[in-house]
This record gives sequence, C-alpha cells and structure tokens, in this order.
Amino acid sequence: MKILVCISHVPDTTSKINFTEGDTKFDTTGVQFVINPNDEFGLTRAMWFKEKQGASVDVVNVGGPETEPTLRKALAIGADAAIRVNTAATDGFAVAQQLAKVVQDGGYDLVIAGRESIDYNGGMVPGMLAGLIKANFVTNCISLEVEGTNVKAVREIDGGKETVSTSLPLVIGGQKGLVEESDLRIPNMRGIMMARQKPLKVVEPVDANTETASVKFEKPAPKGAIKLIDPDNVEELVNLLHNEAKVI
Amino acid sequence: METKDKELLRGGQFLVKETKCEDVFTPEDFSEEQKMMKEAVMEFNEREIIAHKARFEAKDFAFTEEVMRKAGELGFLGVAVPEAYGGLDMGFVSTLLVCDYISSGTGSFSTAFGAHTGIGTMPITLYGTEEQKQKYVPKLATGEWFGAYCLTEPGAGSDANSGKTTATLSEDGKSYKINGQKMWISNAGFCRLMIVFARIENDKNITGFIVEYDKDNPNGITLGEEEHKLGIRASSTRQVFFNDTVVPVENMLAGRGEGFKIAMNALNVGRIKLAGACLDSQRRILTTAVQYANERKQFNTPIADFGAIKYKLAEMAASAYAGESATYRAAKNIEDRIALRVAAGNSHQEAELKGVEEYAIECSILKVAVSEDVQNCADEGIQIFGGMGFSEETPMEAAWRDARIARIYEGTNEINRMLSVGMLVKKAMKGHVDLLGPATKVQEELMGIPSFETPDYSELFSEEKEMIAKLKKVFLMVAGAAVQKFGPDLEEHQQLLIAASDILIEIYMAESAILRTEKNAKRFGEDAQAVQIAMAKLYLYNAVSIVEKNGKESIISFAEGDEQRMLLMGLKRFVKYTNYPDIVDLRIAIAEKVKAENKYCF
Repeated sequence: MKILVCISHVPDTTSKINFTEGDTKFDTTGVQFVINPNDEFGLTRAMWFKEKQGASVDVVNVGGPETEPTLRKALAIGADAAIRVNTAATDGFAVAQQLAKVVQDGGYDLVIAGRESIDYNGGMVPGMLAGLIKANFVTNCISLEVEGTNVKAVREIDGGKETVSTSLPLVIGGQKGLVEESDLRIPNMRGIMMARQKPLKVVEPVDANTETASVKFEKPAPKGAIKLIDPDNVEELVNLLHNEAKVI
Repeated sequence: METKDKELLRGGQFLVKETKCEDVFTPEDFSEEQKMMKEAVMEFNEREIIAHKARFEAKDFAFTEEVMRKAGELGFLGVAVPEAYGGLDMGFVSTLLVCDYISSGTGSFSTAFGAHTGIGTMPITLYGTEEQKQKYVPKLATGEWFGAYCLTEPGAGSDANSGKTTATLSEDGKSYKINGQKMWISNAGFCRLMIVFARIENDKNITGFIVEYDKDNPNGITLGEEEHKLGIRASSTRQVFFNDTVVPVENMLAGRGEGFKIAMNALNVGRIKLAGACLDSQRRILTTAVQYANERKQFNTPIADFGAIKYKLAEMAASAYAGESATYRAAKNIEDRIALRVAAGNSHQEAELKGVEEYAIECSILKVAVSEDVQNCADEGIQIFGGMGFSEETPMEAAWRDARIARIYEGTNEINRMLSVGMLVKKAMKGHVDLLGPATKVQEELMGIPSFETPDYSELFSEEKEMIAKLKKVFLMVAGAAVQKFGPDLEEHQQLLIAASDILIEIYMAESAILRTEKNAKRFGEDAQAVQIAMAKLYLYNAVSIVEKNGKESIISFAEGDEQRMLLMGLKRFVKYTNYPDIVDLRIAIAEKVKAENKYCF
C-alpha cells in the first residue's frame, strides 16, 4: 500500500496571532511552526501501517522553502520521502489541485490528510482532493483499518460514532482518535540524522484556479474591563446589564 | 569554512587575545538538524519528565530508571558516542544541546542522565581498549546498561587521589580483587557497570577499573540504602561496598596508576556538561516566574509591573543569556579543536581527550558560573512567588533544592575556582598561553601617564569591548603581581586564588555575552537585538563591580605602601566607564520584553 500523508505547516497553538499589511497577512515574526496536529495523528497512524503492514509512507506539503523543517520532522519521525510543491498555500481549491497532481503522479492508494489545518481552518482540501482524483472520502475519521483494498473507518459524528466500510483508493480527513496524543512520536536521534539523507523532492506547481482570496483578517474583540457590583446593589446590576451590556 | 589551527584560540587564551565576534558560535547558529534535536528533546522533557514531576519528588527511583530507558530508546544516551560503538557521534555542540534541554524537568533525571552519559560512559570511550569499547559502550549508548562512577570515598572527596580502596593482583595474575567503600555514587541503584578507582599496592596514583555489577551475582558488591537528600530526590545515590570483588585484568582502564588522570579528564567533560544542564533550568525558572508575576496581582496590579520584580526578572534573564553565550562558545571551541586533531591524524579517542583537556579552564569557569547563576535564579524565583514559592505545590522549591547540588558535584565550586587559575598559571609556565608579555605591558601602563583623549564610542559595544580589555588587565595585574610575590607558594593562598578566579570568570562570561550579541546585531540588526544588547550591558556592568571588589581585596592582601597605592590606582582606572550605562533603564527594557513574551524568549 502506498500512503501519502498531507502535512500542513502551521503555527504552534501557543503562538501569538497578529496580522500585518493592513490586516491582510499573518505575521510570522517570532512564530514557531509545527506539523498540523490533525496531520500528525494521521502520520502516526501511517507509521503503524508502515511497520505492521509494510506500507510505504510519503509526506507532502504545498508551500515555500520555509516549510521544509516541518517536512524534515515528518521524515525524522519515519516517513520514507517528502515532496514539497513549491507554491504558497493560499486557497483550498488551489491546494487540492496541487495535491491531486502529486497523488496521480505517485500512484498512491491512501491519502491521509487532517480534517482541517489549525491555522486557517478551511477544512476543504481533503474533500476536494477526493473529488479531483475520484477517490472515496471519509472525513472526521477517528479509526482506520485496511485489509487488502477493503477499509473500515470510524467517523466522529455529533454525539456519537459512525462506522463505515469503503475501499481504496481513499482520502481521509483524520483527527485525534486515529491515534491518541500519547501515541504521537518524538523523533529519535537516529531518525533526525537519517532525515538529512532521505529524499525531499521539490516539484513546481501546476496551473491551478484560485477561487478565493483573503480580503482581511480580524481578531476577536479584546475582553472589556470588568465592573464589580456590590451584592446588595441588584438594581444597579440589572440597570447595567440592560442599558450598558444590553443583554437583558 | 574550515577552522585553521592558528585561528582557533587555545584554552585560556581568551584572556590575552581578542576574539572577533564572527569567531564565536552562538545558539543562533544551530543547524536545522540541531533545532530539530532541540525540539525533540524538549518534547521528551515535557511528556516524559515534567508531566510526572511528582513521582520524581516522591523519590520514585524506579521511575527515573524507566525514563532513562526511554531516553535510551530515543537515542539521547548515545549522542556523544562514536558510531562504531553504537552511538551517533554527533559532535560536542549537539551533545551539549541535548544535555541542556533534557535537564530542566528535574535534577533527579538530569543527574542520572549526566552521570550515565558523562562519567559513566566517557571514561571507556576516552580511555578504553578496543575490546573494552566493543564490549561495553554499545550497551551503555543504547541504555541497555547504565553506568556509575565510583571515585568518592568517605575520606576522599575533593582529595580524590587519596582513596583507600585497594586492588590486589591474584596469584595467577589474571584478576584483581577490589576492596573498599565508595560513597555518593549516582545511579548506583540501577547501574550494571561501574567505573571504579582503586589503589594497587602503594602506588602514588589510583587506577581505574571497569566493574560489571549483576544484582543476581553480585561478586562481593553490596549497596547501601538510598541516601535522603535535599534535592535530586529520585536520583539514586548510594554507598557501594566492594568485598573481594574479582575483576579480570583486562578490565583495567588505561594503565596502572592512570586513574587519577582519567578521573580528572572525565570531570572536564562533566563540568561543561553540568553547565549545559543548568541552562534550561534557568530558562524554565525564569519562564515560570514571569508567568506567575504576570498573573499574580497585589494592590490591583500584576506584580510583574513593580520595579522590584522587574529588577529580578532582568537579572535572571541576563545571567541565563550570558550562561548560554559562554557555554556554547566553549562547546564549539572544543568541537573545532577535536576536528583539528582528527584532521591532523589523531585517533578520535585521543582527539576528544585532548580537545576537551585544552579547554579545561573554560570548563571549570562555566561549571562555577552557571551552577551559581541557576541557584540565584531559583532563589529569586522563590522570592517572586512569595509564600507560594516556599510551598511544594509550586515548582520553585524543587528547582531551588535541585540546583544546590550543582555547586558541589563535578568538583566543588571552590576546587574549580582554584583549578581555573592554577591551570592558567601552569599553561603560562609551559608557554601555551603568554601571560608574562601582556602582564609586563600592564605594569608599564601603570607607570605611564593615562591617556586623556575621549575615544569614539559610537559603534555598538565599542566602550564595552574596551571595558573587557581593561578587566583583562585587572586580572593580569593582580595575578601577575601575586605570582611575583608568592611564586609556587601561590597555591597556598586560596582566598587570593578564589578572588582571581572570580575576575577570570566574569571576564569570560561578560565577553561571551557581548560577542554573541555583537554577532547577532550584525546579522539581524541592532533593533532586533535591542534587548540582548541591554542584557549584555547589564551583565558587564555587574561583572565590573565583581572584578573591582575582588581586585581590591587581593591587592590589599598582598601589596603594601607605594605598590599598593599604584595597583589600586590602576584598578580604579581599569574599572571606570567613560559613559556609565543607565542600569535601571536597561533592567526595565529587559523585564518589559520578558513580561510581554511571558517567557525567557532569547
């Protein structure tokens, strides 16, 4: 089985979020980037397929050279080879088209993507990719078993779980549950040294349609000051909630 | 770029030669691979150590062993070991980096890690025969076996060569019988191999042996109970008793009587690694302290906004920054020196041995400086936490207790202070470092009339670098006069040696912080390095006062009359700034940055 794991290069969850250029660009100054957590669950599951079922695991990212350390980390964790499509990842549809080309060229049976990246939270790429390459698609995937070309997957649904059966070729939108946080792997020293020797292929992008463009970003309004009101002064509380906060 | 022999400073030469900022390695020079290693180690520390902090504090020795095994599985124990013996041969900077970032979770683990990878493994990689290395090192590098280092005895601590443990050759000449008692042995409870030092007959010097220890077949080895210690509570520390322990002759390390040399050289590596091991503790203490100070309100104000707390945050940051700067500077010197020796045809073993030995002075300096900085940081950390800092519920008290041992083991700070100056004087006598020439020049300068010109200080650090040059003159003046006065008896004057070493230490640390910052300011711009510039200036300012105090005490102790007056005048001249930095402003700038980032962010 040939597996491709899509790796997004996203800000660490503790990063401070700021925007530049008139709130149209994310400010990367001082930001630490990591493998998108949903993708890391998928990568860890892929390593299981590699070790238990002899699958090969490649990783791919659509992005500039600055994303290579993230791909190298995936190699250090144990992926066999990495591909970087040399273009900025701006629009979900454009990214899906780039990935479709990589999947078609590489003849992958299973594509494991995160159900969404934690930076822009588009959540569109896995579904569109499945559509473009005419593969089956399961998203919000929390468990994945493959026997031959038969697949049993479990999806998280509101308030419960759904077990589905499907077959390869398949794209999944994975998340926590594929493996647990305690299963995530710390790259070992030998893995880190070997990552240097593993192939990291840079491919030029294909022409792709960009269907959306960011106009501006906004942060949530900062929390206002807190007013403390004496417990005996209920009237004042009601007055403020009604006239100032306008919530009652 | 290849490093040329003559470009690379020898150990101790920093004192008499100017180092260019381009020639120092800084933490900002880590390769992509090293950054990945750092992240991997930090993740390990968070997940496997910090998440289980309470177990370490509850003296769960078995857990320490379990985490050590996990560290072995991830390759952290074999970073410094040559590939031929199952290690990763990653170079000295990477070795130090792993040691740095793995050590901040708890002193219990960092001690187990340091004792195993350093003094438990290094004596064999550095002095072992091919057979010994093949047999033992792969097991140690992967964590299949753990090592312990048995040097200290009840009556032989700092005076390590005075041990009473004996090794007696058997009649058939095939083995030695070891008898004696060792104490304060780290990792004793779970080790499978011990490096044991014992005396053969009436030899002047002790001899090292590799002794296997199998609990099921103890071969005359018994362990005392676990010691109950102030800190590093889950680090196994026991006495080890040898009663007719039979060791095959082929397990002797290096030659007969070579043990003291092994012991001392293993400690050189141990010292710089101990400095590394204190660095991330310092960063973590500061981060924990500033997070608390930003949250904790008194008088309706986060305490981080008070000047009294800003003072502490700034001083803690500056000392951590200087510690990093100096430790990685020396680590790269060692790595380059090893590479030079390998290129010149030395075996890896010999190159490593001589490479580290070359910088033994710097290793001692770092051990003293960083172990004291982490202690001060932890102390101020408790103070920032106030009453909560005194409680076991917050991490500060454990950090403080764990930091305390760093001033004692790997040679006490007193021994290391005296060693640093002693070694420098010896190097000068051997002609490896020319102290006499520069010292004579300083004496001539003292007799001459000082220049009254005001130099141009517009370039970054021009005045600070001139200050460093002047502090070096203080050392040469004080040490030069003391050597003239006492000659070989100088070593009897311990207070003087310690004062001189404090001057030496401050020079190295302050210079390292300045060089790192200068290098980065050239690359990243002065604006981007504004806070680092403030830290380097603050560190230097503090260094100048320490130098002045120690210089003054020394001069008064050994010089009288006109000589005393002349030396004190010189001292005054050498510790004088033309433009004094506004230290209060510098501290505020540093503290504001740390506050805004809510962590040590350099």
